[in-house]
Amino acid sequence: MKLPAALRLSPALAPYVFISPFLLLFAVFGVFPLCFSLYLAFQSWEPTSGLEAMQYVGLDNFAFALQDPWFWKSLGNTAWLAAASGVPQHLVAIPLAVFIHNRFHRLRNGVVGAWFMPYITSTVAIAILFSSLFSTDFGLVNQALQALGRLPLLGWLVPAEPIDWLNDPDRIKPAIAIIVFWRYVGFNLVLYLAALQTIPQDLYEAATMDGASRLQQFLFITLPSLKPMVFFGVTLSVIGGLQLFEEPFILTGGRGGSDQAGMTTAIYLYRMAFDFNDFGAASAMSWLLFVVVALLTWLTNKAFADRARR
Amino acid sequence: MNNRRLALWSAYLVVGAGALVMLAPFYVMFVFATHSRTEIFSLPPPLFFGDDFLANLKILTERLPFWRNLGWSLYVALASTVLTLLFCALGGYAFALFDFRFKNALFALVMATMLLPSFMNMIPTFMTMDVLGWIDQPRALYIPGAASAFGIFLMRQFVTASIPRDLVEAARMDGCSELGIWWHIVLPLLKPALGTLGLITFIASWNNFIGPLVVLRSPDMYTLPLALRSLQSPVNTEWGALMAGSAIATLPLVLLFIAASRQLISGLTAGAVK
Repeated sequence: MKLPAALRLSPALAPYVFISPFLLLFAVFGVFPLCFSLYLAFQSWEPTSGLEAMQYVGLDNFAFALQDPWFWKSLGNTAWLAAASGVPQHLVAIPLAVFIHNRFHRLRNGVVGAWFMPYITSTVAIAILFSSLFSTDFGLVNQALQALGRLPLLGWLVPAEPIDWLNDPDRIKPAIAIIVFWRYVGFNLVLYLAALQTIPQDLYEAATMDGASRLQQFLFITLPSLKPMVFFGVTLSVIGGLQLFEEPFILTGGRGGSDQAGMTTAIYLYRMAFDFNDFGAASAMSWLLFVVVALLTWLTNKAFADRARR
Repeated sequence: MNNRRLALWSAYLVVGAGALVMLAPFYVMFVFATHSRTEIFSLPPPLFFGDDFLANLKILTERLPFWRNLGWSLYVALASTVLTLLFCALGGYAFALFDFRFKNALFALVMATMLLPSFMNMIPTFMTMDVLGWIDQPRALYIPGAASAFGIFLMRQFVTASIPRDLVEAARMDGCSELGIWWHIVLPLLKPALGTLGLITFIASWNNFIGPLVVLRSPDMYTLPLALRSLQSPVNTEWGALMAGSAIATLPLVLLFIAASRQLISGLTAGAVK
């Protein structure tokens, strides 16, 4: 089948035709919303009053956000959750990856698959399951803890009363952090396994010849070689952790929990827009949170670069 | 020597037990899906399959337009997979093997949006859809979804690595049209990457919660995650039914993962490894 010459794409024109469907959607649904959200951050607007009712208010939305105690509280919650779920992910994933890399051969894919599987499943289904597991009276977590408490030696570790995971402001954050850790630790494991495969084996052989112990090899060969991946993984954890939304949203019924203890900034700005109808303030908050994300990414970058120079 | 062996075996034990702990919630979900609410919250809780799955399914279909919700989830996931594959295979090919104006700047812009947090788009996307009249329309989910920066990245990477410029040039010399080259030469060679991107897109759409939360309003149009969430209430939640629904939402993913775990794992971490 040959097209008439007039209809045929010339090689010079072809790339433009090929990228235009993607580019059109990217402009309309990727770039435009972003620019519009920046514009909106300087406007006062309620969705019920129509687009004409928009009014320029300068920095008012940003001032409002910065004086809003709930906004600060949500930032604190987000930071707490990002740290409490993020740091253990890497502390577990690195040694785990090293062990699996060195010691697992035939069962490797199965074990890695098991650790990775939580990453691909529906957050909503999982959060719903966990909200039943964490329920106070007959939840599986509390029942397991109670059973542990009846053991002679471990009894003192467990509080006598069942823990009210989802309603006690002090407990909801650990509950959320556990779910987030469970979901992402396998992803980091795979990142580190990929990085370990790129370390040349002769480095270890030479070190063994020089009489370096396994611990020394880990500290002076493995860890330094993993550094670029640690940087990448930590950056992803920072970006991901600061936009945490679904797990706490489901666990707190979409409201942020008692005393707003489970309200992340992403949840708060969603509520600001869709529950409180203040789209301008919500947009301003999203840009403020974006600045925090960018700043922390930059700081991570700097921390890793500094240590490289030394 | 004996001590080292002991340490080694306990490490194996910890890693194996950890793997079981990672899988345990899935098991519990499927077990709970087959029990009634009272059984789930009894002492001790059920740890093996019961026979209330059909009863749970009945409650589910009474409380929700469950099959419709399932259908929408499937429809949106398939539509966004097809569109994403089409647009990203075209775009990624152009970015990899052509030279055109602003190519590098454009590509950098697309990559920069990949790092952008998803909450940034929440509010303006709602407003865009409102203006377009797409609220409560499935297309509000799969059409924006097709502008996948990750898809462009993956396709460009794969074309660069596996399709020689000379091959394309030779086909051009032989008089093959530009679209013909893409269809007859590039696409067949892209098959593995298309498989990976297709799986990832399908799963992401199937699991998507924020997108539907913002643009879908009526329960008849809900996708599964929204529908399941709407069943949750402070009192009298039908846990058995909710678990059955969650299990139905999770089962396809588990099966996909078992069938294609290596492809999925390498695809999802492609950005990091390259």
